[in-house]
Amino acid sequence: MLKIDNLHAEIGGTEILKGLSLEIAAGEIHAIMGPNGAGKSTLAYVLGGRDGYEVTQGSATYDGEDLLDMDPHERAAAGLFLGFQYPVEIPGVSNVQFLRTALNAQRKARGQEELSGGDFLKLAREQASALKMNAEMLKRAVNVGFSGGEKKRNEMVQMGIIDPKLAILDETDSGLDIDALRTVGEGINTIMRKPEKAVLLITHYQRLLDVVKPDYVHVLVDGRIVRTGGADLAHQLEEQGYEAIAEAA
Amino acid sequence: MTETLQLPTRRDEAWRYADLDALAPVWPDIAGKREEILVSAGESASRQLILEASDPNVAVETLAIRLEKNARFALHCLAIGADYGRIAVEVTLAKGAHFELGGAILGTGDQTLEIVTDVRHIEPGGTSNQVVRSVLGETATGSFLGKVSVARDAQKIDASQSVKAMLLDRTATANAKPELEIFADDVKCAHGATVGELDKQALFYLASRGIPPAEARRLMLQAFIADAFVSLEDEAAHDAIEAKALAVLEAIT
Repeated sequence: MLKIDNLHAEIGGTEILKGLSLEIAAGEIHAIMGPNGAGKSTLAYVLGGRDGYEVTQGSATYDGEDLLDMDPHERAAAGLFLGFQYPVEIPGVSNVQFLRTALNAQRKARGQEELSGGDFLKLAREQASALKMNAEMLKRAVNVGFSGGEKKRNEMVQMGIIDPKLAILDETDSGLDIDALRTVGEGINTIMRKPEKAVLLITHYQRLLDVVKPDYVHVLVDGRIVRTGGADLAHQLEEQGYEAIAEAA
Repeated sequence: MTETLQLPTRRDEAWRYADLDALAPVWPDIAGKREEILVSAGESASRQLILEASDPNVAVETLAIRLEKNARFALHCLAIGADYGRIAVEVTLAKGAHFELGGAILGTGDQTLEIVTDVRHIEPGGTSNQVVRSVLGETATGSFLGKVSVARDAQKIDASQSVKAMLLDRTATANAKPELEIFADDVKCAHGATVGELDKQALFYLASRGIPPAEARRLMLQAFIADAFVSLEDEAAHDAIEAKALAVLEAIT
């Protein structure tokens, strides 16, 4: 589904990704772990299409198409979802208005019929309830006044409503307490653990991976993947630290 | 026959950002013209004012409002459409009266649009609240000049002004000039002004959820100007003025 080959990317002239390769097939959940500054968030933003990140070499294809050639909203309409490490506050725009506009823009781009207000609200309430988010929060301005944990939960509610094919989740577990972590993890399983979907989880800790069991774990150090293994690699990392693993590699 | 007033100059504070060249040809027709509004003691009134211009493309509306004891008046207005457009409001508030202004200045090209207010609290206990939002593109100029004066015995006045401008292009100009003249000592007069651009992070966030750039900008601008209309209680009137504003936004973005 996603094929990244020898990807080099820089921000303001500083190279952050230095030849990253990764392949994710439908039905798989991959985790990327790595120390601060390794390039984890840069990878997420490059895949999402954020301005300011320049790809200097290599490629990324999504379902055989050149992902890097698509605008951010086109990537979304093609089924890619980016879960933000720091979800953005948008004063004055309600969650409902935001998500309905987003979902209908995607449906329109795919040639599907737009969802009516009633059908949308029903869907939004279902997803909020699945993630134990108070439905009242749907009426509030996007992420404004939400706690760190509520913002992350809201990201997952959005993912549930949008129902993407490929989710790239950038530190979705940070800022969550133990109960919220479980809820969010189970949400990811329910929404994304399907034969036709795939997930790339970017995380610092193995805690989330106890709930969302990855098929592969990659270690990202200094812009490259230095090691790939199964779910047990995450535990090994937790015990030994990134340095030991990076040196051994 | 009354003598025609002289064309204002830029030295005149209330006209310092005006497009005087555009004003000159129509000045003989509009000089000194004003609509007088009186709201009697204890009464409430409201008004929506949308600038409309034809040929020459200049629109000037001047209101002189007198609010008697405990009267309330709400003005919601759009400074749009004209090459040079001006909404000038002079309000005199008696004891306990309230004046509410919600205005949007939406322009592009080389439009010059302005809202100029002169709010006079001449007796104690009055309140006034002015909210103006501007969205300006290309080389448009949008100005809000808000004067609040409080007379010597007009204690316990609570007056506030909030002005925010969003520049769609770096070549656009927003002027925000609060002017306070306070002779009483127990009053609250607040004013705040910001000039900014659309938040790029927020635009990326909207795009990442599938919203095309033009729609994302519109969504954010709609939210931005909505502040100006929240105080309009009549739902039909609220929706009508907001719809008009959105249509203008659509055209200028």
